[in-house]
Amino acid sequence: MRLRETPDEQAFRRELRDWLDEVLPTLPPEPPFEDWPAKRAYDTGWQRRLHDAGYAGISWPEEYGGRGATPSEELIFLEETERAGAPYVGCNFVSTLHAGPTIAAEGTPEQQARHLPPILRGDHVWCQGFSEPEAGSDLASLRTRAVRDGDHYVVTGQKIWTSHAQVADYCELLVRTDPDAPKHRGITWLIMPMDSPGITVRPMRTLTGESEFSEMFLDEVHIPVENVVGAENDGWRVAMVTFGFERGTAFVSELLGSMRLLTDLVEIARKTPGGRGATAWDDAGIRRELAVIAAELDAQWALTKRNVSRAARHGTPGVGGSVFKLAYHETRERMGDVALRVLGRARLALDDPTGRSARHLDHVHQRLYALSLSIAAGTAQIQRNIVGERLLGLPRER
Amino acid sequence: MDFEPTDDQQALQAELRRFLADRVTGEARRAIGELPGAVDRALWRELGGMGVFALTLPASDGGVGLGLADATLVFEELGRAAVPGPVVATFLAAGLGIDVSAAAAGGEAVVGVVPAGDPAFVEHLAALDALVVVDDGGVGLADPPRGGRRVERPLDPLTPVDVVDALPAGRPVGGPDVAARLRTAGGLLAAALQVGLADAAVAMATAHARERTQFGRVIGSFQAVKHLLADAQVQVEVARCAVQAAGVEVDDATEGAGGAAHAHRAVDGARIVASRAADRATRACVQVHGGMGFTWELDAHLLLKRALVLDAGVGGPEAAAESLAAAL
Repeated sequence: MRLRETPDEQAFRRELRDWLDEVLPTLPPEPPFEDWPAKRAYDTGWQRRLHDAGYAGISWPEEYGGRGATPSEELIFLEETERAGAPYVGCNFVSTLHAGPTIAAEGTPEQQARHLPPILRGDHVWCQGFSEPEAGSDLASLRTRAVRDGDHYVVTGQKIWTSHAQVADYCELLVRTDPDAPKHRGITWLIMPMDSPGITVRPMRTLTGESEFSEMFLDEVHIPVENVVGAENDGWRVAMVTFGFERGTAFVSELLGSMRLLTDLVEIARKTPGGRGATAWDDAGIRRELAVIAAELDAQWALTKRNVSRAARHGTPGVGGSVFKLAYHETRERMGDVALRVLGRARLALDDPTGRSARHLDHVHQRLYALSLSIAAGTAQIQRNIVGERLLGLPRER
Repeated sequence: MDFEPTDDQQALQAELRRFLADRVTGEARRAIGELPGAVDRALWRELGGMGVFALTLPASDGGVGLGLADATLVFEELGRAAVPGPVVATFLAAGLGIDVSAAAAGGEAVVGVVPAGDPAFVEHLAALDALVVVDDGGVGLADPPRGGRRVERPLDPLTPVDVVDALPAGRPVGGPDVAARLRTAGGLLAAALQVGLADAAVAMATAHARERTQFGRVIGSFQAVKHLLADAQVQVEVARCAVQAAGVEVDDATEGAGGAAHAHRAVDGARIVASRAADRATRACVQVHGGMGFTWELDAHLLLKRALVLDAGVGGPEAAAESLAAAL
């Protein structure tokens, strides 16, 4: 068990830090709240800078234009970019972490040549058309139909939770091509250009007031047969390949962002009157709860290092991702609760009108956002089934 | 960075696990409870012979020459087997460089550690050859006090307790730095014991949930049961990583390759999350066993009670929370 870095890892970190010091001051100002075209321009502009400096596709194989970094280097990359306050992956999430690696692994040479370079450069934004109103946790029951018509599929149906659909160029789309086959065997993975006729995107407002997600209605959208990735009716396996790229690093930015929130919350508590001339920090209940949350976040950082090390040795972190998610969402929910106790009546604003947050962090917004952590990317209930069945070996319900 | 246990570390852990599964069965554990001070001297010597108490001593002093990170793996196994006796205290005494250290290292002496303060609750007193008394100012070594009052109903039946009205201060054997080092290593290894206890509790409950049938199905197939155990195991996995990482951080700091403040924070954090994991897992173990979980006959209560005993040790989770808060 070694946490110390190798000389190569230290060199990678130093070089990256130097580059970040140089490039971050040259970034444009952050886009305004809810201005999605501006958000797209900002995020893809960052992707272009990563590309030009050789950091795009950090974990992709070199033969597809990636850097071929080790999981440890990827961890360092995420750690350093977060600490330096660099932009998050944002609109490039689906393209660089899902669709791109899938096309690299399963696509034809033509598909790879056409899509991978623009993804790495930040020229194309992708969205994900997997979930449907009637296919959430039970994704394989999806019903969007694709009927073959000559050299096209004609696709009709409805997708939901499609991030950045308003500004995307392509969609990784799961459709049902064989309605008579068992549910996992009649699915196909398609590349859908977002400028195809018949697509209607309707942004949805979440309870935090943002509209990153959309509903997407597909009405006889024609998609060329050459856009199938993998084989027809083999889309479930192709979609599962995507999940196999996870190397234990999926939540690194989230976790480090939470540590930043905690540090800020401690500073706010020290400045916030707590009655009888004392501060909120003088309240042992609040102080110890913050310490417990810090201990949990530190422990989850240790777990992340374990998962990354496991992925480096065995190619996958196993169920470590589910373990992380379950621990993390619980901590974040309690952190949100203690944040509201610290803020008192300042909780009535989603952002920070008091100016007590030295970093202008929006703790009340974060309290609400944390509610999504036990829903998105596999609900807590599904994750508990995974841990119970795969780690503990308990039998399935049916 | 490679935070997976090495092959050597896995072998060390597996060997001890096999030995303890054989040697400290449920029946043997209860039999140890009947011995004076609930310590099996023969087992103590066997553990000493395997180097359990001398793990981190240099080979030149007859030790194994390993680090505290390795010790967390070993103590997780001692926790999994719920070995009765002051295993952490004897390990700490072996490293103090005092006259009882060599005997402690070899498992010939049984040594206790208690925080200063009267009246004192001294665990395993009837078995002790020496008692280490710790306060912020330093560490003293005393003969086991006589005239204590035996507690008739100790919290953990395998951890007998005597109440001593006036603890002897003992002969000073170390200053504040030694006291701090004791608290760090003692806290970390208590956390490692709790990880082992917690893992054993989930394993015991899981085995039951795979066998026990109600409503025509094994109860482990019900999500209400499965999720309870999954949540407990999640806490165990996270706590295990925290404890092992803290061991590595302390070793790195000792070798001058990392900050002492960083290592302290890691140990405090590990103490907090291990305590919570042990609490969650041992409660779940009682719950999943239903009515039988609430009986004296089943071992579930022994795991739960040992976890609670460990929270009362030097540098418990409440003190760790205050210490960590001060570092925020």
